[in-house]
Amino acid sequence: MVSVKAKKLAPTDGMLSRHPAAPAASGWADAARASARDRLAAVGAPQRRDEYWSFTNPARLVSDQPMAAKPLAAQDTPVFGETDALVLTFVDGVFDPAQSDDLAGEGLEIQTLSDALGTDIHWAKDLFGVLEEKGQTPVPRELAMLNTATATQGFVVRATQPVTRPVRFDYIQTSDTSDAVIRSLVKVDAGATLTLLESGTVAARCNTVMEVDIADGGELHHVRVQGRAHDRQVFTAMFARLGRESVYKSFTLAMNGVLSRNEQVVEFTGDDATAHVAGTCVGQGDFHHDDTVFVTHDAVNCESRQVFKKVLKSGATGVFQGKILVKKGAQKTDGYQISQGLLLDDEVNFLAKPELEIYADDVICSHGSTSGGLDATGLFYLLSRGVPREAATNMLVIAFMDEAVQEIADEKLADEMRTHIAGWLDRHSAG
Amino acid sequence: MTALDEVQLTAKEGVEEETVAAVQSLAGKYKYGWETDIEMEYAPKGLTEDIVRLISEKNNEPEWMLEWRLDAYRRWIKLEEPEWAMVDYPKIDFQDQYYYARPKSMAEKPKSLDEVDPKLLETYKKLGIPLKEQMILAGVEGAENMDTDRKVAVDAVFDSVSVGTTFKDELAKAGVIFCSISEAIQDHPELVKKYLGSVIPASDNYYATLNAAVFSDGSFVYVPEGTKCPMELSTYFRINAENTGQFERTLIIAEKGSYVSYLEGCTAPQRDIAQLHAACVELVLLEDAEIKYSTVQNWFPGDEDGKGGIYNFVTKRADCRGDRSKVMWTQVETGSAVTWKYPSCILRGDDSQGEFYSIAIANNYQQADTGTKMVHLGKRTKSRIVSKGISAGQAQNTYRGLVSMHPRAKESRNYTQCDSLLIGDKCGAHTVPYIEVKNNSSRVEHEATTSKVDDDQLFYCRQRGMDEEEAVALVVNGFCKEVLQALPMEFAMEAQALVAISLEGSVG
Repeated sequence: MVSVKAKKLAPTDGMLSRHPAAPAASGWADAARASARDRLAAVGAPQRRDEYWSFTNPARLVSDQPMAAKPLAAQDTPVFGETDALVLTFVDGVFDPAQSDDLAGEGLEIQTLSDALGTDIHWAKDLFGVLEEKGQTPVPRELAMLNTATATQGFVVRATQPVTRPVRFDYIQTSDTSDAVIRSLVKVDAGATLTLLESGTVAARCNTVMEVDIADGGELHHVRVQGRAHDRQVFTAMFARLGRESVYKSFTLAMNGVLSRNEQVVEFTGDDATAHVAGTCVGQGDFHHDDTVFVTHDAVNCESRQVFKKVLKSGATGVFQGKILVKKGAQKTDGYQISQGLLLDDEVNFLAKPELEIYADDVICSHGSTSGGLDATGLFYLLSRGVPREAATNMLVIAFMDEAVQEIADEKLADEMRTHIAGWLDRHSAG
Repeated sequence: MTALDEVQLTAKEGVEEETVAAVQSLAGKYKYGWETDIEMEYAPKGLTEDIVRLISEKNNEPEWMLEWRLDAYRRWIKLEEPEWAMVDYPKIDFQDQYYYARPKSMAEKPKSLDEVDPKLLETYKKLGIPLKEQMILAGVEGAENMDTDRKVAVDAVFDSVSVGTTFKDELAKAGVIFCSISEAIQDHPELVKKYLGSVIPASDNYYATLNAAVFSDGSFVYVPEGTKCPMELSTYFRINAENTGQFERTLIIAEKGSYVSYLEGCTAPQRDIAQLHAACVELVLLEDAEIKYSTVQNWFPGDEDGKGGIYNFVTKRADCRGDRSKVMWTQVETGSAVTWKYPSCILRGDDSQGEFYSIAIANNYQQADTGTKMVHLGKRTKSRIVSKGISAGQAQNTYRGLVSMHPRAKESRNYTQCDSLLIGDKCGAHTVPYIEVKNNSSRVEHEATTSKVDDDQLFYCRQRGMDEEEAVALVVNGFCKEVLQALPMEFAMEAQALVAISLEGSVG
């Protein structure tokens, strides 16, 4: 609790010039980009001394050049390979039609971001930069502003009815100096459903933002596996707006990564809606993983859950900053938040700031944050049954991470996550 | 795997009428809102180097003390007010305050309590704080039946000066020094020089720096090695003068193997204009020492429309320097328009312990941003945090805390529990915990109010036909009463009368 001085603005020229202004589009898109540019200039680049960045140093996310990051040689098990999906492939953050399916599907409207932003009359007008701008209070999210100002890659996806075939974003990194900015807009119409999958390393450095609008009774399921290329630097933000009785479920699995900052900004605007935001990660060495979540309840009888589990080893750092804001009148809110760190050895850091801000009285909000080593009793039990130590440890780690995996509604997808986790543990057990 | 921090926040339809009534009864019925009509002497308004010199001169301080103050002042003018707390109040004009006010009759320090202005004695009598020795605290029911040896020594601070300290001689026999800090600077400069600012440096934060520059009085306690202080010590702070800030400084040193229990109480007249109070409390604990520090903070909270009240910006910190030392902060915060206060523990010595028990009640337009910091540096250090926040009316109540396990603090433990209760839909309850864990051998233990209440107790209640919620409420309720009862007798009475609030309904 150190006194905070008025922020001295950090220049944003480098950030902006690194990602030159997007070419002229329609009037509304240009205006949104210009506004983001101005807003960014007004708040300056993020700095370590910002309260909102106190656990994660943003320097590598705002430097002129990304730190070089070697692409991952090859995927051992292709992620989501078993799930039939409409595939959209990005290479170093650039859409590659040759490796992608046609932009069409039943109940789906898909366009590239630039096509949509170039159209004078488009639903994207009510979304592009709108949720991002709204998500700037109470703390500025500078990198999301940068994304609005400069992104040219990405998709606008709209589900007009229940869509059975998921839409899948595959990211492939080939260059070790690539620096990607991707923006996608997702709209789920009333009563429609959509599953969105993401996997792979986007680039050496990436800034990926998604704005999601779920209308009354709509459902969006989002499952993401972040790339295992260890040196990549990642910033992602999801801004979700939820209508009445809608459902938003987002899960992220991260294994490896020197820098990941995943933000979720969720707002309930209609009653009786549900949002589950979950994530689990495992890493060692200079692994640094940050989940920053802000859930705003501005409607009655909504349920939110935040479940984050981090497994940390040999120097790794896990960060969780979570907040449940219950606005005046958002009665009958059920807000839950759990962040847990499993610290496998003594060199690790688990840093958490689980916040509640409540202005309604008829609510149940709870949060828990725990951290510690492996459960000695559990380990002893397994060892006494003849399970080798390594296998026993892995078993307990899997059980720990599974509480987050269980937040995935689709069992098949959840099982696939379990396979990836077990694979990572197998590969790293010797170490 | 154990929990580090958990918060339960619930208020539901079934909040007991009694609870609501008890909270409401606190409103507009501030018992201590009267003022003493007494001739005062003020330093000129505003804060300059000259004022700092004047305060130092009035206290007849040595040169090093003046230098220390000036240093702090020069630092302070360059600082900016912190804005991170979840409190909102009009900007304070630091030049529109008096920094020194004392009753004229105190110009010559009275040599004994008999010489003290009867008006002042009357003031404290009215507050229930008798300054005559051998008297038992007034207003304590059943006092006549109490152990007649039970005494409480009082240091009474009136605006900027200490009016008198009781039982000084008796304490001196035990080797305990209990006096005002201004006297300590005269009589025990070596101790003051050694410890003042060693826990809260003058550069610590905006209000602590301000305090270092202008503190006018406060209490000083020194408990020598191996001594159990023969009676409870207490300081009663009274703000009386208008537009006057109170800046007191308390320094308690507990030598090896000593023990002291210290109580602190405070009230102020009811006025339309907010008044500033910025105190510093430093506790130093050497090996095996133990300090129990209890506060009932009942500054004028402002009226029902949020007019007036005390701005209470307090820095309190205990430094457990010695191995196996133990500090316990207990606070019942019912007053002040704005509270900004985080009694903290630096657990430096191996096996040292810190505890923090807090009940914070905010009603009408009160705002409280309070909590604690537990900094674990030594091996096998333990801390426990129990915080209950109750908000009513338009009030905002924030728990803000830090639990930090440093890499070297192996095998340490922390237990945190914060419960909030909202009464009405216009108030707010917030929690801002910071958790930093940098080693994996620390067992961080936690009992949540919903699911991890003692299983045996729960089982017993369930077996008797209670549903889980009832059972949990019963167990938690019992626990709350325990916290209140942990307060020293005299304070427990006052606190219970003040709080008189059932915490039922705070779990669900």
